[in-house]
Amino acid sequence: MVQDNGKEQTLALKLRVWRQRRGQPGAFEEHSLAAVPTSASFLEMMDMLNEQLIKAGKDTFAFDHDCREGICGMCSMTINGMPHGPIPGVTTCQLHMRNFRDGETITVEPWRARAFPVLKDLAVDRSGFDKVIQSGGFITVRTGSAPEANNIPVPKPIADEAMDAAECIGCGACVASCKNGSAMLFVGAKINHLNILPQGQAERDRRTLSMVKTMDEAGFGNCTNYGECQAHCPKSITLDVIAKLNRDYLRARVKEFFSSTGKPSKGGD
Amino acid sequence: MKEASAPPMNLDSKIPAGPLADKWNNHKAKLRLVNPANRRKYHVIVVGSGLAGSAAAASFAEMGYEVSCFCYQDSPRRAHSIAAQGGINAAKNYQNDGDSVRRLFQDTIKGGDYRAREANVYRLAQVSTNIIDQCVAQGVPFAREYGGLLANRSFGGAQVSRTFYARGQTGQQLLIGAYSALSRQIGLGAVKMYTRHEMLDLVLVEGKAKGIVTRDLVTGAIESWSSDVVVVCTGGYGNVFYLSTNAQGCNVTATFRAHRRGAGFANPCYTQIHPTCIPVHGEDQSKLTLMSESLRNDGRVWVPKNKADCTKPASEIPEDARDYFLERKYPSYGNLAPRDIASRAAKEVCDEGRGVGQVVDGKRLGVYLDFSAAINRLGESEVRARYGNLFDMYQNITGENAYKQPMRIFPAVHYTMGGLWVDYNLQSNIPGLFVGGEANFSDHGANRLGASALMQGLADGYFVLPYTVTDYLAGEKSGSRPSNDAPEFKAVVKDVNDRVAKLLSINGTKSPRYYHKALGKITWEQCGMARDKAGLEGAIRDLQALRKDFWENVKVVGSGDALAPELERAGRVADFLDFGIMMCLDALTREESCGGHFRTEFQDAGEAKRDDAHYAHAAVWQWTGEGQLPARHVEPLVYEETQLSTRSYK
Repeated sequence: MVQDNGKEQTLALKLRVWRQRRGQPGAFEEHSLAAVPTSASFLEMMDMLNEQLIKAGKDTFAFDHDCREGICGMCSMTINGMPHGPIPGVTTCQLHMRNFRDGETITVEPWRARAFPVLKDLAVDRSGFDKVIQSGGFITVRTGSAPEANNIPVPKPIADEAMDAAECIGCGACVASCKNGSAMLFVGAKINHLNILPQGQAERDRRTLSMVKTMDEAGFGNCTNYGECQAHCPKSITLDVIAKLNRDYLRARVKEFFSSTGKPSKGGD
Repeated sequence: MKEASAPPMNLDSKIPAGPLADKWNNHKAKLRLVNPANRRKYHVIVVGSGLAGSAAAASFAEMGYEVSCFCYQDSPRRAHSIAAQGGINAAKNYQNDGDSVRRLFQDTIKGGDYRAREANVYRLAQVSTNIIDQCVAQGVPFAREYGGLLANRSFGGAQVSRTFYARGQTGQQLLIGAYSALSRQIGLGAVKMYTRHEMLDLVLVEGKAKGIVTRDLVTGAIESWSSDVVVVCTGGYGNVFYLSTNAQGCNVTATFRAHRRGAGFANPCYTQIHPTCIPVHGEDQSKLTLMSESLRNDGRVWVPKNKADCTKPASEIPEDARDYFLERKYPSYGNLAPRDIASRAAKEVCDEGRGVGQVVDGKRLGVYLDFSAAINRLGESEVRARYGNLFDMYQNITGENAYKQPMRIFPAVHYTMGGLWVDYNLQSNIPGLFVGGEANFSDHGANRLGASALMQGLADGYFVLPYTVTDYLAGEKSGSRPSNDAPEFKAVVKDVNDRVAKLLSINGTKSPRYYHKALGKITWEQCGMARDKAGLEGAIRDLQALRKDFWENVKVVGSGDALAPELERAGRVADFLDFGIMMCLDALTREESCGGHFRTEFQDAGEAKRDDAHYAHAAVWQWTGEGQLPARHVEPLVYEETQLSTRSYK
């Protein structure tokens, strides 16, 4: 933001930032940072802090980030107690310093969740999400075996609903904001994306049972309807994906119970 | 300034004989196969997990090979293919508007200003239709019409609607498709996935690529991996300009390390400047954000006719005082002129002093992208439905509401057409080293059309590499790969360890980011949208001095045994410094203008002036040693069915 006199507005900030080595206890470190332009992004402010630390010969704070345009899902800071900070519907990289006040103290922590152990400072291990996808978050289609695309009509409302769920960027803010460390919003989004599409029907029950089982094994907690996940999701995924996940899970379990083998039906149900 | 001389390179493009339309099918019929029972005996390393890497790794595993895939991100789903917004081209002709494989081929080869390899581009257009089938079957939620069939939109450089899209995040949806196929194979144990691993070198045994050396970014461990073939899909080198639309981690290290081991690097000066990005706001900026080219379907680009109006709010500038310069200069394509042309036109009007927005470094570098006509025609809700997420992103970054006032945009580095040289099989001049996606050079010539990068990444990964890599493996004895205890591996591991130790020990005064910024300032000013001889020669000298300064005065904090972002950046910047010199040298020695490469000495009233008699070739650079300038070789581009013409979008 440039003022009328052409000078950029800047902020002086106090920062409390989490410092931790892998497998060791961590603690907050306090730093002052001057002349932060209000047009800078939050991560650019962190870059400034790190450059200041390098000048002083100290180690920088490690944090995850990559695309810096709100789509890769890599950035993961808890800012003043809120995953991705105080502005709804944005990732940390899209949070800009004009949302903070001069002289403010800002607390910066990693995602806090049992299933996301700290690797260093603000970076955590989110491989639990990948394990959930590996167990069923796909439609089985070998390269080269796909039919002509327009042979599978998908009603626009269904396509739009699938797209709403598919907007999830897998950042983990839902888990970090939940008192139980539950991944139900993440899993619900993926289930909604794939389970409502015609292409996803063949594996619908297998997918649901397998993903939920893996989610539990990966150390994510249960959903008790706090709704914090929805409030902090940068892509505004809504709680109804959890309701639909529960419905599909119940459906799959009932079918499993009544099947002759006692095992999930093997596709084509 | 002269490039070095060196021994000849084998640059046989291996283009199959026969008419263009039959080449790929004839070639596939002749490629050798590997028996399904033998495939598990071959180990395929794939580096990178974007569209090309994920698609290739998943496809190899489905075929039965043992696959290892490496990426520097914490999950393969985060590779920068994810950030592509607008769409993916395919010659489906669902719109009945005259599209065909040949038309897509012609648009792409013309868009590349006749500097791409004809046979590769034709194959790309051919397999484009298979890509859409594959992605739809995977559950990619493309936009649809009410009848349930797929929708299309138009994109720059084409007069048909052939672009498939998923809101403003086509890249994420396609990548999730490829990632889900890859994840399935990881879950089945067919792919071993190594996240937070960065490839730091390539290992050659008896002249063939037989493995890589990586650094585990979490523990700092330097490890080597042996394989029967190495497939590098590590993206482009846009971050040589420091500010670009690339992700922070995008780097040239994997391809440049391969280059240092003997792989030719083709056309590094072909870089794409995307016209619709949010302008620079200040010194501490770390990246530029793209606004999808699709916005140019409904937005009109203009600046004030009079310099005096540049400080006024847009709303106070009457219609007749506005210069819709793309519509004026290129009436038949208008706001959908190709990227290089639209970018240069925006630079021109800003150089004339008619730019808008804030002053950075003494200049107003911005033009308006105005939606008021579209909002009047379609209503705000329809504009919101089409572009809502982009308008939201614009507001997050600039604090401005683009429904109420025009967006301000300016060109920014976005994509790099150059890359490792590959033959028709996507194999580099090092046997056993294959290169896919943005990391290779073959399909986009001197300029890439919108919605063609996703197409190329997936074409390479799903439909080309599985065939051509198999052919290579069929000639390698199964079980013959060396152990990673072999002396060749130990030597490369030592090189990598020495380099990491050197970076950590210099302990100078300036941060890696300082050098990255200094590098970007030189490359952007002298090798950006407009280039000339004197500027490029100066840039090469400046970069050589900066490289020397780097190796004496860089300060890398952190330790080698944990997450060390400064060490990662330092290694990447060191390679970018060497690479930047090669890029400027390539721009200097290509004495013509073509596509994104605009030499001010070679123009026709602002339009690029090609020199087909002397430069209808790919320039392929060969590493000649530390601190030396690389050597230039050429692969002549042979056009069998294409008439080279002056590209006109007027």
